Amino acid sequence: MASFKKTNALTARFTTASMQLGSVAACVLLWHFASTLRIDLGVITFSNVPTPQAVISAIWQLLQSNALLPHLGSSLARVFSGYTAAAIVGVALGLVIGRSRKAENWLMPPLELLRPIPAVAWIPLAILMFPSSEASMIFITFTGALFPILLNTIHGVEAVDPRLIASSRSLGASPRAILREVVLPGALPSIFTGLSIGMGTSWFCLVTAEMISGQWGIGYYTWSSYVIQNYADIVVGMLLIGLLGMGSSWLIKRIGDWLTPWYRLQGKS
Amino acid sequence: MMTIYENQATDTGERNPAVALGEINAEKLSIRLGTGASEFEAVQAVDFNIKPGEFVCLLGPSGCGKSTLLGALAGHIIPASGVLEVDGQAISGPSPEHGMVFQHHTLFPWLNVVDNVAFGLKMRGVDKAERHAQALTMLQQVGLQDVATRWPSQLSGGMQQRVEIARVLINKPRLLLMDEPFGALDAQTRLKMQQLLLDIWGRIRTTLVFVTHDIDEALFLADRILVMSPRPGRFIENLPVTFARPRTTELVTTPEFMQLKRHCLDLLNHEEGRQLPRLSPLGLPPETRITV
Repeated sequence: MASFKKTNALTARFTTASMQLGSVAACVLLWHFASTLRIDLGVITFSNVPTPQAVISAIWQLLQSNALLPHLGSSLARVFSGYTAAAIVGVALGLVIGRSRKAENWLMPPLELLRPIPAVAWIPLAILMFPSSEASMIFITFTGALFPILLNTIHGVEAVDPRLIASSRSLGASPRAILREVVLPGALPSIFTGLSIGMGTSWFCLVTAEMISGQWGIGYYTWSSYVIQNYADIVVGMLLIGLLGMGSSWLIKRIGDWLTPWYRLQGKS
Repeated sequence: MMTIYENQATDTGERNPAVALGEINAEKLSIRLGTGASEFEAVQAVDFNIKPGEFVCLLGPSGCGKSTLLGALAGHIIPASGVLEVDGQAISGPSPEHGMVFQHHTLFPWLNVVDNVAFGLKMRGVDKAERHAQALTMLQQVGLQDVATRWPSQLSGGMQQRVEIARVLINKPRLLLMDEPFGALDAQTRLKMQQLLLDIWGRIRTTLVFVTHDIDEALFLADRILVMSPRPGRFIENLPVTFARPRTTELVTTPEFMQLKRHCLDLLNHEEGRQLPRLSPLGLPPETRITV
Protein backbone atom coordinates (compact mmCIF):
# COMPACT_ATOMS: atom_id res chain seq x y z
CA MET A 1 0.00 0.00 0.00
CA ALA A 2 2.74 2.43 1.01
CA SER A 3 4.91 1.52 -1.96
CA PHE A 4 1.91 1.91 -4.21
CA LYS A 5 1.43 5.46 -2.89
CA LYS A 6 5.11 6.16 -3.42
CA THR A 7 4.97 4.96 -7.01
CA ASN A 8 1.93 7.12 -7.56
CA ALA A 9 3.74 10.20 -6.22
CA LEU A 10 6.74 9.42 -8.42
CA THR A 11 4.54 9.07 -11.48
CA ALA A 12 2.86 12.37 -10.68
CA ARG A 13 6.25 14.08 -10.35
CA PHE A 14 7.41 12.54 -13.59
CA THR A 15 4.27 13.74 -15.37
CA THR A 16 4.74 17.29 -14.05
CA ALA A 17 8.42 17.34 -15.03
CA SER A 18 7.76 15.96 -18.51
CA MET A 19 5.00 18.54 -19.06
CA GLN A 20 7.32 21.38 -18.04
CA LEU A 21 10.18 20.09 -20.20
CA GLY A 22 7.77 19.43 -23.04
CA SER A 23 6.58 23.04 -23.00
CA VAL A 24 10.19 24.31 -23.25
CA ALA A 25 10.90 21.78 -26.05
CA ALA A 26 7.79 22.95 -27.93
CA CYS A 27 9.03 26.56 -27.76
CA VAL A 28 12.45 25.55 -29.09
CA LEU A 29 10.80 23.54 -31.87
CA LEU A 30 8.62 26.51 -32.87
CA TRP A 31 11.72 28.71 -32.86
CA HIS A 32 13.55 26.13 -34.95
CA PHE A 33 10.86 26.01 -37.67
CA ALA A 34 10.23 29.74 -37.66
CA SER A 35 13.92 30.54 -38.10
CA THR A 36 14.93 27.75 -40.53
CA LEU A 37 11.86 28.28 -42.76
CA ARG A 38 12.43 32.09 -42.52
CA ILE A 39 8.75 32.66 -41.87
CA ASP A 40 7.62 36.18 -42.77
CA LEU A 41 4.21 37.20 -41.46
CA GLY A 42 4.46 40.87 -42.44
CA VAL A 43 4.18 42.41 -38.96
CA ILE A 44 6.81 39.99 -37.67
CA THR A 45 9.53 38.25 -39.58
CA PHE A 46 11.86 35.46 -38.58
CA SER A 47 14.10 35.75 -41.64
CA ASN A 48 16.97 37.35 -39.68
CA VAL A 49 16.49 35.41 -36.43
CA PRO A 50 19.39 33.04 -35.67
CA THR A 51 18.45 29.37 -35.62
CA PRO A 52 18.74 27.20 -32.47
CA GLN A 53 21.67 25.39 -34.16
CA ALA A 54 23.49 28.69 -34.66
CA VAL A 55 22.88 29.60 -31.02
CA ILE A 56 24.13 26.23 -29.83
CA SER A 57 27.34 26.60 -31.77
CA ALA A 58 27.69 30.14 -30.37
CA ILE A 59 27.32 28.70 -26.87
CA TRP A 60 29.98 26.13 -27.72
CA GLN A 61 32.33 28.86 -28.90
CA LEU A 62 31.73 30.91 -25.77
CA LEU A 63 32.45 27.89 -23.60
CA GLN A 64 35.74 27.28 -25.40
CA SER A 65 36.89 30.90 -25.42
CA ASN A 66 37.50 31.09 -21.64
CA ALA A 67 35.49 34.30 -21.65
CA LEU A 68 32.39 32.85 -20.01
CA LEU A 69 33.68 32.82 -16.44
CA PRO A 70 34.90 36.44 -16.36
CA HIS A 71 31.60 37.50 -17.99
CA LEU A 72 29.59 35.56 -15.44
CA GLY A 73 31.78 36.64 -12.53
CA SER A 74 31.53 40.35 -13.32
CA SER A 75 27.76 40.21 -13.79
CA LEU A 76 27.15 38.15 -10.67
CA ALA A 77 29.28 40.54 -8.59
CA ARG A 78 27.38 43.57 -9.92
CA VAL A 79 23.93 42.08 -9.48
CA PHE A 80 24.82 40.75 -6.05
CA SER A 81 26.16 44.12 -4.84
CA GLY A 82 23.30 46.17 -6.28
CA TYR A 83 20.70 43.69 -5.08
CA THR A 84 22.11 43.45 -1.55
CA ALA A 85 22.16 47.23 -1.23
CA ALA A 86 18.58 47.37 -2.55
CA ALA A 87 17.46 44.67 -0.11
CA ILE A 88 18.92 46.53 2.88
CA VAL A 89 17.63 49.96 1.83
CA GLY A 90 14.27 48.64 0.58
CA VAL A 91 13.44 46.61 3.69
CA ALA A 92 14.63 49.33 6.11
CA LEU A 93 12.74 52.12 4.33
CA GLY A 94 9.71 49.88 3.90
CA LEU A 95 9.56 49.12 7.63
CA VAL A 96 9.78 52.82 8.53
CA ILE A 97 7.27 53.96 5.90
CA GLY A 98 4.87 51.13 6.70
CA ARG A 99 4.90 51.94 10.40
CA SER A 100 4.83 55.72 10.45
CA ARG A 101 2.48 58.04 8.61
CA LYS A 102 4.97 60.88 9.07
CA ALA A 103 7.72 58.89 7.35
CA GLU A 104 5.26 57.97 4.60
CA ASN A 105 4.41 61.63 4.00
CA TRP A 106 8.07 62.64 3.92
CA LEU A 107 9.54 59.79 1.93
CA MET A 108 6.91 58.50 -0.44
CA PRO A 109 6.49 61.54 -2.80
CA PRO A 110 10.12 61.56 -4.01
CA LEU A 111 10.20 57.76 -4.18
CA GLU A 112 6.99 57.65 -6.22
CA LEU A 113 8.55 60.23 -8.54
CA LEU A 114 11.71 58.17 -9.02
CA ARG A 115 9.93 54.84 -9.39
CA PRO A 116 8.74 55.07 -13.03
CA ILE A 117 12.17 56.22 -14.29
CA PRO A 118 13.61 53.36 -16.38
CA ALA A 119 17.13 52.10 -15.74
CA VAL A 120 18.37 53.32 -19.11
CA ALA A 121 17.46 56.91 -18.20
CA TRP A 122 19.72 56.70 -15.16
CA ILE A 123 22.86 56.00 -17.20
CA PRO A 124 24.06 59.60 -17.77
CA LEU A 125 23.39 60.65 -14.18
CA ALA A 126 24.94 57.45 -12.83
CA ILE A 127 28.11 58.19 -14.80
CA LEU A 128 28.14 61.75 -13.46
CA MET A 129 27.44 60.73 -9.86
CA PHE A 130 29.80 57.80 -9.47
CA PRO A 131 33.53 58.10 -10.07
CA SER A 132 33.92 54.48 -11.16
CA SER A 133 31.89 52.82 -13.91
CA GLU A 134 31.64 49.76 -11.67
CA ALA A 135 29.76 51.78 -9.06
CA SER A 136 27.45 53.24 -11.75
CA MET A 137 26.58 49.73 -12.96
CA ILE A 138 25.90 48.54 -9.42
CA PHE A 139 23.71 51.60 -8.88
CA ILE A 140 21.61 50.76 -11.93
CA THR A 141 20.98 47.17 -10.81
CA PHE A 142 20.17 48.70 -7.40
CA THR A 143 17.44 50.93 -8.86
CA GLY A 144 15.95 47.89 -10.57
CA ALA A 145 15.66 45.85 -7.38
CA LEU A 146 14.80 48.66 -4.94
CA PHE A 147 11.17 49.40 -5.78
CA PRO A 148 9.67 45.90 -5.79
CA ILE A 149 11.40 45.23 -2.46
CA LEU A 150 10.33 48.58 -0.98
CA LEU A 151 6.69 48.39 -2.08
CA ASN A 152 6.22 44.79 -0.99
CA THR A 153 7.77 45.54 2.40
CA ILE A 154 5.44 48.54 2.90
CA HIS A 155 2.48 46.41 1.88
CA GLY A 156 3.54 43.61 4.23
CA VAL A 157 4.00 45.96 7.19
CA GLU A 158 0.66 47.69 6.62
CA ALA A 159 -1.09 44.34 6.34
CA VAL A 160 0.05 43.18 9.81
CA ASP A 161 -3.11 42.65 11.88
CA PRO A 162 -3.43 45.62 14.30
CA ARG A 163 -4.88 43.19 16.84
CA LEU A 164 -1.57 41.32 16.91
CA ILE A 165 0.24 44.58 17.63
CA ALA A 166 -2.27 45.51 20.36
CA SER A 167 -1.90 42.02 21.80
CA SER A 168 1.89 42.22 21.87
CA ARG A 169 1.69 45.56 23.70
CA SER A 170 -0.59 43.90 26.24
CA LEU A 171 2.04 41.19 26.66
CA GLY A 172 4.69 43.79 27.49
CA ALA A 173 6.40 44.39 24.13
CA SER A 174 8.25 47.69 23.78
CA PRO A 175 8.01 49.64 20.48
CA ARG A 176 11.34 48.13 19.39
CA ALA A 177 10.23 44.64 20.34
CA ILE A 178 6.97 45.15 18.41
CA LEU A 179 9.01 45.98 15.31
CA ARG A 180 11.37 43.04 15.76
CA GLU A 181 8.98 40.39 17.08
CA VAL A 182 5.67 41.25 15.40
CA VAL A 183 5.96 43.63 12.45
CA LEU A 184 9.04 42.07 10.86
CA PRO A 185 7.91 38.42 11.02
CA GLY A 186 4.38 39.45 10.08
CA ALA A 187 5.66 41.22 6.97
CA LEU A 188 8.25 38.56 6.13
CA PRO A 189 6.22 36.60 3.55
CA SER A 190 5.50 39.81 1.67
CA ILE A 191 9.13 40.97 2.02
CA PHE A 192 10.27 37.73 0.40
CA THR A 193 7.82 38.19 -2.45
CA GLY A 194 9.48 41.58 -3.01
CA LEU A 195 12.97 40.12 -2.69
CA SER A 196 12.15 37.44 -5.24
CA ILE A 197 10.65 39.91 -7.75
CA GLY A 198 13.52 42.34 -7.06
CA MET A 199 16.03 39.64 -7.90
CA GLY A 200 14.41 39.27 -11.32
CA THR A 201 14.27 43.01 -12.00
CA SER A 202 17.87 43.39 -10.93
CA TRP A 203 18.93 41.01 -13.73
CA PHE A 204 16.45 42.79 -15.95
CA CYS A 205 18.51 45.99 -15.60
CA LEU A 206 21.83 44.23 -16.19
CA VAL A 207 22.07 44.83 -19.94
CA THR A 208 21.30 48.50 -19.40
CA ALA A 209 23.88 48.72 -16.63
CA GLU A 210 26.59 46.97 -18.62
CA MET A 211 26.10 49.18 -21.67
CA ILE A 212 28.79 51.30 -19.99
CA SER A 213 31.00 48.35 -19.16
CA GLY A 214 34.40 48.27 -20.85
CA GLN A 215 34.97 44.58 -21.32
CA TRP A 216 33.15 42.05 -19.13
CA GLY A 217 29.64 41.03 -18.12
CA ILE A 218 26.78 39.03 -19.67
CA GLY A 219 24.91 42.26 -20.31
CA TYR A 220 27.98 43.76 -21.98
CA TYR A 221 28.40 40.58 -24.03
CA THR A 222 24.78 40.81 -25.20
CA TRP A 223 24.95 44.54 -25.95
CA SER A 224 28.28 44.35 -27.79
CA SER A 225 27.04 41.38 -29.85
CA TYR A 226 24.21 43.62 -31.00
CA VAL A 227 26.61 46.45 -31.82
CA ILE A 228 28.78 44.12 -33.95
CA GLN A 229 25.68 42.39 -35.38
CA ASN A 230 26.57 38.99 -34.01
CA TYR A 231 22.98 37.85 -33.70
CA ALA A 232 23.51 34.32 -32.39
CA ASP A 233 25.56 35.71 -29.49
CA ILE A 234 22.72 38.09 -28.57
CA VAL A 235 20.43 35.13 -28.06
CA VAL A 236 23.12 33.38 -26.00
CA GLY A 237 23.35 36.45 -23.76
CA MET A 238 19.58 36.67 -23.48
CA LEU A 239 19.30 33.01 -22.54
CA LEU A 240 22.07 33.33 -19.94
CA ILE A 241 20.38 36.34 -18.30
CA GLY A 242 17.05 34.55 -18.30
CA LEU A 243 18.55 31.44 -16.79
CA LEU A 244 20.50 33.30 -14.08
CA GLY A 245 17.54 35.53 -13.24
CA MET A 246 15.21 32.57 -12.97
CA GLY A 247 17.70 30.57 -10.90
CA SER A 248 18.43 33.34 -8.42
CA SER A 249 14.74 34.24 -8.01
CA TRP A 250 14.04 30.59 -7.32
CA LEU A 251 16.84 30.54 -4.74
CA ILE A 252 15.40 33.58 -2.95
CA LYS A 253 11.95 32.00 -2.96
CA ARG A 254 13.33 28.81 -1.43
CA ILE A 255 15.13 30.78 1.28
CA GLY A 256 11.85 32.60 1.91
CA ASP A 257 9.92 29.32 2.21
CA TRP A 258 12.53 28.00 4.59
CA LEU A 259 12.36 31.12 6.80
CA THR A 260 8.55 31.28 6.85
CA PRO A 261 7.46 27.66 7.43
CA TRP A 262 4.18 28.75 9.05
CA TYR A 263 3.12 30.65 5.96
CA ARG A 264 2.50 27.73 3.63
CA LEU A 265 0.29 26.10 6.28
CA GLN A 266 -1.97 29.13 6.48
CA GLY A 267 -2.81 28.84 2.83
CA LYS A 268 -1.70 32.06 1.12
CA SER A 269 -3.95 34.65 2.67
CA MET B 1 12.16 33.49 39.59
CA MET B 2 10.55 36.54 41.10
CA THR B 3 6.91 36.95 40.30
CA ILE B 4 5.40 40.22 39.16
CA TYR B 5 3.79 40.56 42.55
CA GLU B 6 7.10 40.45 44.38
CA ASN B 7 8.58 42.91 41.88
CA GLN B 8 5.81 45.36 42.55
CA ALA B 9 6.27 45.08 46.27
CA THR B 10 9.97 45.89 46.12
CA ASP B 11 9.62 48.56 43.44
CA THR B 12 7.16 50.76 45.26
CA GLY B 13 8.09 49.75 48.77
CA GLU B 14 4.66 50.68 50.04
CA ARG B 15 2.63 47.81 48.63
CA ASN B 16 1.93 44.97 50.98
CA PRO B 17 2.16 41.67 49.08
CA ALA B 18 -0.33 40.12 51.49
CA VAL B 19 -3.07 42.42 50.21
CA ALA B 20 -4.81 40.87 47.20
CA LEU B 21 -4.27 42.85 44.00
CA GLY B 22 -6.54 43.57 41.08
CA GLU B 23 -9.11 45.98 42.48
CA ILE B 24 -10.81 48.11 39.83
CA ASN B 25 -12.31 51.46 40.65
CA ALA B 26 -14.19 53.67 38.18
CA GLU B 27 -15.87 57.00 38.91
CA LYS B 28 -17.85 59.05 36.40
CA LEU B 29 -15.98 57.24 33.64
CA SER B 30 -16.82 58.40 30.12
CA ILE B 31 -15.35 57.10 26.88
CA ARG B 32 -15.83 58.81 23.54
CA LEU B 33 -15.21 57.15 20.19
CA GLY B 34 -14.90 58.61 16.70
CA THR B 35 -13.85 62.08 15.63
CA GLY B 36 -15.62 65.26 14.59
CA ALA B 37 -19.30 64.98 13.75
CA SER B 38 -19.33 61.19 14.10
CA GLU B 39 -17.98 61.32 17.65
CA PHE B 40 -20.22 59.68 20.22
CA GLU B 41 -20.21 58.69 23.86
CA ALA B 42 -19.73 54.92 23.97
CA VAL B 43 -19.63 54.82 27.78
CA GLN B 44 -21.30 57.54 29.82
CA ALA B 45 -20.36 58.50 33.38
CA VAL B 46 -20.32 54.98 34.87
CA ASP B 47 -19.33 54.22 38.44
CA PHE B 48 -18.29 50.77 39.53
CA ASN B 49 -15.94 48.86 41.78
CA ILE B 50 -14.65 45.35 41.24
CA LYS B 51 -13.02 43.52 44.12
CA PRO B 52 -9.72 41.61 43.83
CA GLY B 53 -10.35 38.08 42.56
CA GLU B 54 -13.96 38.80 41.60
CA PHE B 55 -15.50 37.34 38.42
CA VAL B 56 -17.62 40.04 36.79
CA CYS B 57 -19.52 39.74 33.52
CA LEU B 58 -20.38 42.80 31.45
CA LEU B 59 -23.66 41.80 29.80
CA GLY B 60 -25.40 43.78 27.11
CA PRO B 61 -26.50 43.87 23.48
CA SER B 62 -24.15 44.46 20.57
CA GLY B 63 -22.71 47.95 20.50
CA CYS B 64 -23.62 48.85 24.08
CA GLY B 65 -20.05 49.85 24.93
CA LYS B 66 -19.07 46.80 26.99
CA SER B 67 -16.12 45.97 24.72
CA THR B 68 -15.11 49.64 24.73
CA LEU B 69 -15.08 49.61 28.51
CA LEU B 70 -12.95 46.45 28.43
CA GLY B 71 -10.57 48.13 25.97
CA ALA B 72 -10.15 50.99 28.43
CA LEU B 73 -9.36 48.50 31.23
CA ALA B 74 -6.76 46.89 28.94
CA GLY B 75 -5.26 50.33 28.26
CA HIS B 76 -5.97 50.29 24.52
CA ILE B 77 -8.55 53.09 24.72
CA ILE B 78 -8.03 56.33 26.66
CA PRO B 79 -11.14 57.52 28.56
CA ALA B 80 -12.45 61.01 27.85
CA SER B 81 -13.09 61.83 31.51
CA GLY B 82 -13.51 60.36 34.95
CA VAL B 83 -11.41 57.99 37.03
CA LEU B 84 -10.32 54.49 36.03
CA GLU B 85 -7.89 52.92 38.45
CA VAL B 86 -6.44 49.51 39.22
CA ASP B 87 -5.18 49.22 42.78
CA GLY B 88 -5.29 52.99 43.11
CA GLN B 89 -3.22 53.72 40.01
CA ALA B 90 -4.69 55.20 36.83
CA ILE B 91 -4.41 52.91 33.78
CA SER B 92 -1.79 54.49 31.54
CA GLY B 93 -1.59 52.01 28.66
CA PRO B 94 -1.45 48.32 27.74
CA SER B 95 0.41 46.22 30.26
CA PRO B 96 1.07 42.53 30.94
CA GLU B 97 -0.73 43.10 34.26
CA HIS B 98 -3.98 43.64 32.36
CA GLY B 99 -4.12 40.54 30.19
CA MET B 100 -6.57 40.65 27.31
CA VAL B 101 -8.22 37.80 25.38
CA PHE B 102 -10.05 38.75 22.18
CA GLN B 103 -13.02 37.05 20.52
CA HIS B 104 -10.75 35.76 17.77
CA HIS B 105 -7.34 34.58 18.86
CA THR B 106 -4.34 36.86 18.33
CA LEU B 107 -1.65 34.17 18.49
CA PHE B 108 1.39 34.98 16.37
CA PRO B 109 1.22 32.67 13.35
CA TRP B 110 5.05 32.60 13.05
CA LEU B 111 5.58 31.22 16.57
CA ASN B 112 4.70 27.70 17.61
CA VAL B 113 2.38 27.17 20.57
CA VAL B 114 5.03 27.09 23.30
CA ASP B 115 6.82 30.19 21.96
CA ASN B 116 3.49 32.01 21.78
CA VAL B 117 2.80 31.22 25.43
CA ALA B 118 6.37 32.21 26.37
CA PHE B 119 6.16 35.57 24.54
CA GLY B 120 5.46 37.66 27.66
CA LEU B 121 8.42 36.07 29.48
CA LYS B 122 10.66 36.79 26.48
CA MET B 123 9.64 40.44 26.68
CA ARG B 124 10.76 40.43 30.31
CA GLY B 125 14.15 38.98 29.36
CA VAL B 126 13.67 35.51 30.83
CA ASP B 127 16.13 33.06 29.22
CA LYS B 128 14.91 30.48 26.76
CA ALA B 129 15.12 27.32 28.89
CA GLU B 130 13.33 28.94 31.81
CA ARG B 131 10.54 30.45 29.73
CA HIS B 132 9.94 27.20 27.87
CA ALA B 133 9.67 25.33 31.15
CA GLN B 134 7.16 27.84 32.50
CA ALA B 135 5.21 27.87 29.24
CA LEU B 136 4.92 24.08 29.29
CA THR B 137 3.61 24.18 32.86
CA MET B 138 1.07 26.79 31.80
CA LEU B 139 0.05 24.69 28.77
CA GLN B 140 -0.48 21.78 31.12
CA GLN B 141 -2.93 23.91 33.11
CA VAL B 142 -5.07 24.37 29.99
CA GLY B 143 -4.56 20.72 28.95
CA LEU B 144 -2.50 21.41 25.84
CA GLN B 145 1.02 20.19 26.65
CA ASP B 146 0.82 17.75 23.73
CA VAL B 147 0.53 20.42 21.03
CA ALA B 148 3.43 22.60 22.23
CA THR B 149 5.36 22.37 18.97
CA ARG B 150 2.42 22.89 16.60
CA TRP B 151 1.70 26.10 14.71
CA PRO B 152 -1.41 28.01 15.89
CA SER B 153 -3.09 27.45 12.51
CA GLN B 154 -2.98 23.70 13.13
CA LEU B 155 -5.22 23.98 16.21
CA SER B 156 -9.00 24.06 16.54
CA GLY B 157 -10.75 27.30 17.58
CA GLY B 158 -11.17 26.09 21.17
CA MET B 159 -7.51 25.08 21.44
CA GLN B 160 -6.41 28.43 20.05
CA GLN B 161 -8.36 30.25 22.76
CA ARG B 162 -6.86 27.98 25.43
CA VAL B 163 -3.37 28.84 24.19
CA GLU B 164 -4.37 32.50 24.21
CA ILE B 165 -5.52 32.22 27.84
CA ALA B 166 -2.27 30.45 28.79
CA ARG B 167 -0.24 33.18 27.07
CA VAL B 168 -2.00 35.87 29.09
CA LEU B 169 -1.91 33.99 32.42
CA ILE B 170 1.83 33.31 32.25
CA ASN B 171 2.31 37.02 32.98
CA LYS B 172 0.41 36.58 36.28
CA PRO B 173 -1.91 39.48 35.46
CA ARG B 174 -3.88 41.35 38.10
CA LEU B 175 -6.75 41.55 35.63
CA LEU B 176 -7.84 38.98 33.09
CA LEU B 177 -10.00 40.77 30.52
CA MET B 178 -11.99 38.66 28.07
CA ASP B 179 -13.97 40.03 25.13
CA GLU B 180 -16.56 37.40 24.14
CA PRO B 181 -13.74 34.86 24.07
CA PHE B 182 -15.99 31.90 23.29
CA GLY B 183 -18.38 33.75 20.99
CA ALA B 184 -16.95 32.21 17.82
CA LEU B 185 -16.97 28.62 19.12
CA ASP B 186 -19.64 25.96 18.63
CA ALA B 187 -22.04 25.32 21.53
CA GLN B 188 -20.35 22.10 22.68
CA THR B 189 -16.84 23.59 22.73
CA ARG B 190 -18.12 26.76 24.34
CA LEU B 191 -19.57 24.80 27.26
CA LYS B 192 -16.27 22.96 27.77
CA MET B 193 -14.35 26.22 27.62
CA GLN B 194 -16.61 27.83 30.22
CA GLN B 195 -15.96 24.96 32.60
CA LEU B 196 -12.24 25.06 31.90
CA LEU B 197 -12.19 28.79 32.57
CA LEU B 198 -13.95 28.34 35.93
CA ASP B 199 -11.51 25.56 36.75
CA ILE B 200 -8.47 27.73 35.94
CA TRP B 201 -9.91 30.76 37.71
CA GLY B 202 -10.48 28.55 40.76
CA ARG B 203 -6.74 27.84 40.84
CA ILE B 204 -5.38 31.21 39.72
CA ARG B 205 -7.53 33.78 41.48
CA THR B 206 -7.20 36.84 39.35
CA THR B 207 -9.80 39.54 38.86
CA LEU B 208 -11.78 38.52 35.80
CA VAL B 209 -13.85 40.86 33.66
CA PHE B 210 -15.73 38.93 31.00
CA VAL B 211 -17.72 40.60 28.22
CA THR B 212 -20.62 38.67 26.72
CA HIS B 213 -24.05 39.12 25.19
CA ASP B 214 -25.03 35.57 26.18
CA ILE B 215 -27.20 35.58 29.31
CA ASP B 216 -26.61 31.87 30.06
CA GLU B 217 -22.88 32.33 29.85
CA ALA B 218 -22.91 35.36 32.16
CA LEU B 219 -25.11 33.63 34.76
CA PHE B 220 -23.08 30.42 34.66
CA LEU B 221 -19.71 32.14 35.09
CA ALA B 222 -20.04 35.32 37.11
CA ASP B 223 -20.04 36.37 40.76
CA ARG B 224 -21.77 39.52 39.58
CA ILE B 225 -23.25 40.80 36.35
CA LEU B 226 -23.16 44.42 35.26
CA VAL B 227 -25.95 44.82 32.69
CA MET B 228 -25.31 47.56 30.14
CA SER B 229 -27.61 49.44 27.78
CA PRO B 230 -26.37 51.21 24.67
CA ARG B 231 -25.93 54.79 23.37
CA PRO B 232 -24.94 56.11 25.71
CA GLY B 233 -23.45 53.03 27.39
CA ARG B 234 -24.42 52.90 31.04
CA PHE B 235 -25.21 50.27 33.65
CA ILE B 236 -28.88 49.46 34.13
CA GLU B 237 -28.41 46.74 36.75
CA ASN B 238 -25.83 45.43 39.19
CA LEU B 239 -26.83 41.80 39.61
CA PRO B 240 -25.11 39.53 42.16
CA VAL B 241 -25.04 35.85 41.14
CA THR B 242 -24.79 33.79 44.29
CA PHE B 243 -24.94 30.22 42.94
CA ALA B 244 -22.57 27.98 44.86
CA ARG B 245 -19.21 27.04 43.35
CA PRO B 246 -17.93 24.80 41.88
CA ARG B 247 -20.70 25.12 39.31
CA THR B 248 -21.73 22.35 36.96
CA THR B 249 -23.91 22.29 33.86
CA GLU B 250 -26.91 21.10 35.94
CA LEU B 251 -27.09 24.62 37.30
CA VAL B 252 -28.50 26.03 34.07
CA THR B 253 -31.71 24.00 34.40
CA THR B 254 -32.51 24.96 38.02
CA PRO B 255 -35.54 27.21 38.72
CA GLU B 256 -33.30 29.82 40.39
CA PHE B 257 -31.18 30.04 37.25
CA MET B 258 -34.29 30.30 35.06
CA GLN B 259 -35.68 33.07 37.25
CA LEU B 260 -32.52 35.15 36.96
CA LYS B 261 -32.40 34.47 33.24
CA ARG B 262 -35.94 35.78 32.80
CA HIS B 263 -35.01 38.87 34.77
CA CYS B 264 -32.01 39.48 32.47
CA LEU B 265 -34.13 38.89 29.37
CA ASP B 266 -36.61 41.51 30.58
CA LEU B 267 -33.80 43.97 31.11
CA LEU B 268 -32.35 43.39 27.65
CA ASN B 269 -35.75 43.26 25.91
CA HIS B 270 -36.10 46.91 26.83
CA GLU B 271 -33.46 47.62 24.28
CA GLU B 272 -34.90 45.50 21.50
CA GLY B 273 -35.15 46.92 18.01
CA ARG B 274 -31.98 48.97 18.34
CA GLN B 275 -29.39 47.10 16.30
CA LEU B 276 -26.02 48.76 16.71
CA PRO B 277 -22.71 47.82 15.09
CA ARG B 278 -20.36 45.80 17.26
CA LEU B 279 -17.67 47.93 18.93
CA SER B 280 -14.11 46.73 19.36
CA PRO B 281 -11.87 46.93 22.43
CA LEU B 282 -9.34 48.65 20.16
CA GLY B 283 -11.67 51.58 19.45
CA LEU B 284 -12.74 52.44 15.92
CA PRO B 285 -10.74 51.15 12.94
CA PRO B 286 -8.91 54.41 11.93
CA GLU B 287 -7.48 54.72 15.44
CA THR B 288 -5.88 51.32 15.37
CA ARG B 289 -2.90 52.50 13.34
CA ILE B 290 -0.22 52.75 15.97
CA THR B 291 2.73 54.98 15.14
CA VAL B 292 6.32 54.19 16.11
